[in-house]
Amino acid sequence: MRNAVSRLGAWAINAVWRLGFAARFFFGLLAYSGQSFRRFRGLTMREIYMSGVLSLLIIMVSGLFVGLVLGLQGFETLQRFGSSDALGTLVALSLTRELGPVVAGLLFASRAGTAVTAEIGLMKTTEQLKAMDMMAVNPVSRVVAPRFWGGVFAMPLLAALFSAMGVFGGWLIGVVLIGVDGGSFWSQMQAAVDFRYDIVNGVIKSFVFGVAVSLIAVFEGWDCVPTAEGISRAITRTVVSSALAILALDFVLTSFMFRELS
Amino acid sequence: MNRSTIDLGVGVFVVIGIVALLFLSLKVGNLGGEKIQQPYQLHARFDNIGGLKVRAPVKASGVLVGRVTDIRYDTEHFQASVTFSVDGRYAFSRDTFATINTAGLLGEQYVALKPGGDEQNLKSGDTIMKTQSAMVLEDMIGRFLFDKASEGAQGGK
Amino acid sequence: MSDALVEVRNVSFAYQGRQVLRGVDLVVPRGKVVAIMGGSGSGKTTLLSLIGGQLRAQVGEVRVDGQDVAALPRDALYAMRRRMGMLFQFGALFTDLSVFDNVAFPLREHTELPEELIRDLVLMKLHAVGLRGAAKLRPSELSGGMARRVALARATALDPMLMMYDEPFAGLDPISLGVIGQLIRRLNDALGAASILVTHDVIESLEIVDYVYFIGEGKVVAQGTPDEIRASSDPYVHQFIYSEADGPVRFHYPAPDYAASLLRAEGG
Repeated sequence: MRNAVSRLGAWAINAVWRLGFAARFFFGLLAYSGQSFRRFRGLTMREIYMSGVLSLLIIMVSGLFVGLVLGLQGFETLQRFGSSDALGTLVALSLTRELGPVVAGLLFASRAGTAVTAEIGLMKTTEQLKAMDMMAVNPVSRVVAPRFWGGVFAMPLLAALFSAMGVFGGWLIGVVLIGVDGGSFWSQMQAAVDFRYDIVNGVIKSFVFGVAVSLIAVFEGWDCVPTAEGISRAITRTVVSSALAILALDFVLTSFMFRELS
Repeated sequence: MNRSTIDLGVGVFVVIGIVALLFLSLKVGNLGGEKIQQPYQLHARFDNIGGLKVRAPVKASGVLVGRVTDIRYDTEHFQASVTFSVDGRYAFSRDTFATINTAGLLGEQYVALKPGGDEQNLKSGDTIMKTQSAMVLEDMIGRFLFDKASEGAQGGK
Repeated sequence: MSDALVEVRNVSFAYQGRQVLRGVDLVVPRGKVVAIMGGSGSGKTTLLSLIGGQLRAQVGEVRVDGQDVAALPRDALYAMRRRMGMLFQFGALFTDLSVFDNVAFPLREHTELPEELIRDLVLMKLHAVGLRGAAKLRPSELSGGMARRVALARATALDPMLMMYDEPFAGLDPISLGVIGQLIRRLNDALGAASILVTHDVIESLEIVDYVYFIGEGKVVAQGTPDEIRASSDPYVHQFIYSEADGPVRFHYPAPDYAASLLRAEGG
């Protein structure tokens, strides 16, 4: 019993300690971000390619499938109330407000976040970061910051793409396959989806998720135990922490953004 | 993988990302499609606004002419005070009738404006005097049941 | 001692409560190759990190070119590191860059040279280590010895005043081992630099170095020129040179008496 309590205490202390370290790391990262923007084309561009372009396929395919499922399920439920015209509204609102940022964020964490963690972890394990530091090149500004900003830049675009593909999928199922009226599909959608409240808030969400996932990914890579096992643990932690962070942040953001509407 | 491949890939990525954003904003959302130009504010007081919410549409003959911007409780008149902004292109006579309607049986509620015959128009900041409150479903059902019950009572005699 | 490039004075260092170095003194003169030898875990690599400013000593001071490394602010430390080259144990090449780009890395980061000049410099450095033909390869396509030669070319790209080698011979076949050894000596003489060689490869090192420090249990236990070392009667040096399993350096990690722990295990 006492053992369990002391273990819990140790775990809690360790968690707080790591949180403090992560916060310090974040501020250091921001302080050394100058190069990421001065040498945007040379440094950050590659990371946007790695995180964004290489995640395109999975994001678009997943978005399409989520839209197809939403179309089917939504139609099935809505037609019980005779309001299958509202299918477009249902699909668009659930995608732009929630599913787009959240699911794209989760996919982004597992596709791009893990790659970043593995890359930085491997660079640490093979002393590449140390070698860079010894060559008077700051590894935070040369390696960590461009990867962070690349992710932050890519994530909102990926989320928007996911939502757009989802709406397309919903349209495909609803209008093309089932035969809901296309006119009311779009017009009801446009009447209900507000630019400021739904689209902009969705983009803000995806931006926040991009910051969170990118920070977790670079931090876990930087902080990993420099062994093969250490890297694999760091990758696992990236996925788990990112998922938790996205879902928790989503709750917080939603409760702020949509308070007056609900 | 050389630099120009990366530049090209990122370029394509940014372009389709922005296209997706534009699609969401213009086609899915209401940016651009319905824009309230040079809006002016009108007020109206209702006994009961039902489920009316901020941002609910304001329609005249079914055409969207504005949006509800503010709802508060007026302690002077003990009524709900609703403010809405109306597109400057549309003018309404001073004896315009404001009703809170429901789109469909269970749809969202909106403010319907029905102009009267007055020659002077409402100006920004004016208050619409003639209003009709929202239909509250419970009241309607209650009244309906009450009517039926009293009918039944009479028929039994 | 005006020609001393590196001076380590009475340095002690503890890592997470474990005392690694206890009062080490050593000097590296300009133009010389100095070896630091000792068993695994004797604090040799720590010493390099202290000289490079990646760690700070708790006691004593480390001076490089007359400057106290531990007291330097970050910018000054980075300015000093531009004049240092370090070869890591397994080369530490950047795996996402080609051999050419690896060697060009310090030039591109620290100079504003035009690309043609960088190209000439890189090919010259690669030629010096005999790998001009491998410029287009990826680090993953290189053997261990080749990777280390590329790393050597990269470390000398900015013509450093001080070269540090962390176990340059570890895990190499005899031919690569000879090649690297000769390169270290030749580069040092060509650059007019000083070199510090951390190693436990005694035979190979004694061929190329000018002076040797032996480190054991965090202290300098013996020092001298290669000839003095070979002739030394010091039991520690003797054990090291003739690869004896047990001697002043214990074969066993400190443990309670073997018989006693066996008995206790039985009793419990």
